[in-house]
Amino acid sequence: MSKLKETILNPILKGNPITVLVLGICSSLAVTVELKGALVMSLSVIVVTGISSLICSLLRNTIPNRVRIIVQLVVVAMMVILVDQVLKAFEATYAIDKQLSVYIGLIITNCIVMGRIEAFALGNKPIPSLLDGLANGVGYGLILLIVAFFRELLGSGTLFGIPVLTQFGYTGNGLVILPPMALIILGCVIWVHRSIDKDLQEK
Amino acid sequence: MENLSLFIKSMFVDNMIFAYFLGMCSYLAVSKNVKTANGLGLAVIFVIACTLPINYLLNTYVLKPGALAWAGLPDVNLGFLSYIIFIAVIAAFTQLVEMIVEKYLPALYSSLGIYLPLIAVNCAILGASLFMQQRDFVSLGQAEVYALGSGIGWYIAIVALAAIREKLAYSNIPAGLKGTGIAFITVGLMGIAFMMFMGISL
Repeated sequence: MSKLKETILNPILKGNPITVLVLGICSSLAVTVELKGALVMSLSVIVVTGISSLICSLLRNTIPNRVRIIVQLVVVAMMVILVDQVLKAFEATYAIDKQLSVYIGLIITNCIVMGRIEAFALGNKPIPSLLDGLANGVGYGLILLIVAFFRELLGSGTLFGIPVLTQFGYTGNGLVILPPMALIILGCVIWVHRSIDKDLQEK
Repeated sequence: MENLSLFIKSMFVDNMIFAYFLGMCSYLAVSKNVKTANGLGLAVIFVIACTLPINYLLNTYVLKPGALAWAGLPDVNLGFLSYIIFIAVIAAFTQLVEMIVEKYLPALYSSLGIYLPLIAVNCAILGASLFMQQRDFVSLGQAEVYALGSGIGWYIAIVALAAIREKLAYSNIPAGLKGTGIAFITVGLMGIAFMMFMGISL
């Protein structure tokens, strides 16, 4: 039981996919301008990593080693298409899907998904693989929401579109909305994380 | 002239790394020294320049709404299949390149070998194909110019970061920021520098 618990907790703290393993940065930074987009993106990634880890784990004994990357990509691409179609189907999420534009499609090449399948799902039973995938998605989503919180608060003075700082006469800082600040904020998040957990510091 | 402006724009203004964060994972992982960064950058230019035209043709003649008019099926829209088709083309192509390089250019393979499979999951490649679909390029030539521009933009970005990181090894960085943390902040500052290109209109 404790092993299962570790499978779930490790990706969220000690082995966080973004701050420690540096996976999945590609699609993560661009969607952190607003909390709403970041939330939808995190949920999509959680679903995709979880279920594709499960499927690949079920298939792990039948996939020939030589072509495994293509097989994995097909499984992941199928899941992403499903998520994309679901997002497009509802009015509330359609606008967000449009706003996230290519980044939903880019979940396919999100290194977290492929990385977890390669590193974990291909060598483990389906249930731990599912949990590992979900937990990695959560670890990813957590960082995404932290970065999006600061960017939306400082950039436009709102949270989830509700005015917070603007009520006190704050004018949005345009620089925070631009891409480079996402990287700098993420750098600071890593700094804080590693200052708290000294084991993670690089020599 | 229009193509030249598209080329410059996709290389600097819409730089894959600094404007869209595409290909970040391998960008950060493989930028520790200039030599390997150079190899990966060239491989990305090559793969992007070869797969994007293929995807452009597939998009125009198979996937786009009304694209199947030549087959007598003007109402069919296969757009929802584009992710899977694009990634299949890219993955198959990288696997093919890997096999060819392994067979005929063993020296190059040993220096580049591990990065080739990585390219299949490089977001910059799939991202370029998806942007191509969004922007609706009018001709194959235009798509190719865009592919080359964004590939070279990615190459410039990775070589520049690798050069900076080689020098960073000699500086005194706070313990928590060492490695990944400072790399992110460096990329952020480089991104701010690249933002000046936004003012250019061609």
